[in-house]
Amino acid sequence: MKRRLLLGSAPFIAVALALGAGAVFILAIGESPLELYGIMARECFGRGYGIGQTLFKATPLILTGLAVAIGFRTGVFNIGAEGQMVLGGFAAAMAGLLPLPGPLRLAAALLAAALAGGAWGALPGLLKARFGAHEVINTMMLNFVAYALVAWMGHSVFEHATVRTATLPESAWLPRLGAFFPALHGSPANLSLLLALLAALGLHLLLFRTRLGYELRVVGSNPAAGEYGGIAPGRAQALALAISGAAAGLAGIAFVLGYKHYFELGFSAGAGFLGIAVALVGRNHPFGVVVAALFFGALSYGGLVVNQRVPKELVDALQGLVILFAIATQQVMERLARRLA
Amino acid sequence: MMELLLFVAAALRISVPYTLAAVGASFSERSGVINIGLEGTMLNGALAYTLGAWFTGDPWMGVASAVAAGLATAALHALVTIGFRADQITAGLGINLLSAGLTKFVLTEVFHSSSNSPRVEGLPEWPAFGAAGIPALGPVLGTPLVLMTAGVVVAGGWLAFRSTFGLRLTAIGERPEAAAALGLSVARHRTLGVLISGALAGLAGAWLASEQHSFTDSMTGGRGYIALAAMIVGRWSPAGAAAACLLFGAAEALQISLQGSGFPGELLQMLPYLVTMLALVGLIGRATPPRAVGVPYDPERLG
Repeated sequence: MKRRLLLGSAPFIAVALALGAGAVFILAIGESPLELYGIMARECFGRGYGIGQTLFKATPLILTGLAVAIGFRTGVFNIGAEGQMVLGGFAAAMAGLLPLPGPLRLAAALLAAALAGGAWGALPGLLKARFGAHEVINTMMLNFVAYALVAWMGHSVFEHATVRTATLPESAWLPRLGAFFPALHGSPANLSLLLALLAALGLHLLLFRTRLGYELRVVGSNPAAGEYGGIAPGRAQALALAISGAAAGLAGIAFVLGYKHYFELGFSAGAGFLGIAVALVGRNHPFGVVVAALFFGALSYGGLVVNQRVPKELVDALQGLVILFAIATQQVMERLARRLA
Repeated sequence: MMELLLFVAAALRISVPYTLAAVGASFSERSGVINIGLEGTMLNGALAYTLGAWFTGDPWMGVASAVAAGLATAALHALVTIGFRADQITAGLGINLLSAGLTKFVLTEVFHSSSNSPRVEGLPEWPAFGAAGIPALGPVLGTPLVLMTAGVVVAGGWLAFRSTFGLRLTAIGERPEAAAALGLSVARHRTLGVLISGALAGLAGAWLASEQHSFTDSMTGGRGYIALAAMIVGRWSPAGAAAACLLFGAAEALQISLQGSGFPGELLQMLPYLVTMLALVGLIGRATPPRAVGVPYDPERLG
């Protein structure tokens, strides 16, 4: 019990330390950290529009966070969520532009996003299982390949002199949440949030209530024991990376199907990489990931709000700091727990 | 003939940052610490070079700042992975994200642009060597950092395989508990390994900024990861890493020389990344990392 409490508190301490370090940077450029953090908190949670923005920013982060988390659980590190998200978003737009009847269009777009991301995730998984090639380098390389691939394919589909596709027909759109909750009116929050929450629930059930999930977790915590018990670690990890890629691929739909209704180069804005911080702070638990994604979503939107006074790039730096603080405090807590045991 | 020489010159130039970072990484890894933070370390080095050269007007001050920035970044990596014994790959990624954000933050604060710095002085050529009269290759061989890189490879090979320090480093990367039993400090040696890696990655960043005469955001473009892959392809030895980097440099030079040939530019851009993946895949069963690489050393938990 004490152990769970100690380990559970680690992410909160890490976030507090990172915000403290951020305060030092804010002080260094002659601004007041308390005032700025206050403005950010008020804007992100204090009124409907801001809450909607936070939810919108959090939506892709839930999915990329889940993507990284399932990898961690299975002992593989997917740092390719960014590329998987970009390809998924592009595929969703392409499928959404197909001449299909009404509801099929939306279904095809969702399926295309998951399949494109899943394939891009499965590739390094297969390379690892078959050739032992390290997935960290390969998933990163595939990010760059994905950027270039989409830019190349875009030549024939982007609108003249832009880097965006045509606007999708309305039957491929996911409705805004403002249509159901008037308080969120005007904000880009949309129904993809529900899909992200369902994905979190689905991953929870998969990991903790199914045989496959058990096998994945065994491979993650003790591959030798798994192999002895008849689980092929390579296959399990490739499968985990495919599922991971599918989740990351779906992360693109919040923007493509729910907000702008087109694909645009650069739309992902690093949400794939941020998924790593989200997974760590969420302690690789699907529900923890949701909470962490809300925090980072607020931080992203809050950074935009105060951009006039503090460069929003500070928020990017804070993501990295959260990661470093999170893994360091976790070690400290582990040791403390062992000493108390 | 001239074209071939120009190609070789381009390949040499391009392979400089890869080689510096990869040779450095071999020391970190030989001691047992994965440094995937090379990417961010290079980026910090590039920004530090630009700031140093901008404020003093002296490119060599830029180089010194870049090495200092590389050392500082490596010290952070060492603190988290050796001091706190946290996961090395995650720590390296944290450093990369931190550096990507921090460099843009500093860029915005100092130069009021989040994407690029003004033009700064690049490193001068050393005419004594360049005047050797070799066509095409002359200017490259007269470039100080190219010569330094060659020196780093030779010295690195000696340090890794011939010096007491290098042999101790190898022992610690293979069996830290045995090395500790002989009275060697695992933490101190690993920290030195990581610091060597940081200094050289910072220098690699200085080269990038000096070549481009400016800093642009994310200008390292994955070179840190490619350097790490080159080090693996070169099987954890400085000379092997350098050879792999030359190969990668040649692939990139080929890509540049193919530009404008009608082949789609975006597909050419993929080349260095695809070559890296192919090189890793081609290593089936032949790459054996140091036995303890990636495992934090915790004297309380042996076994």
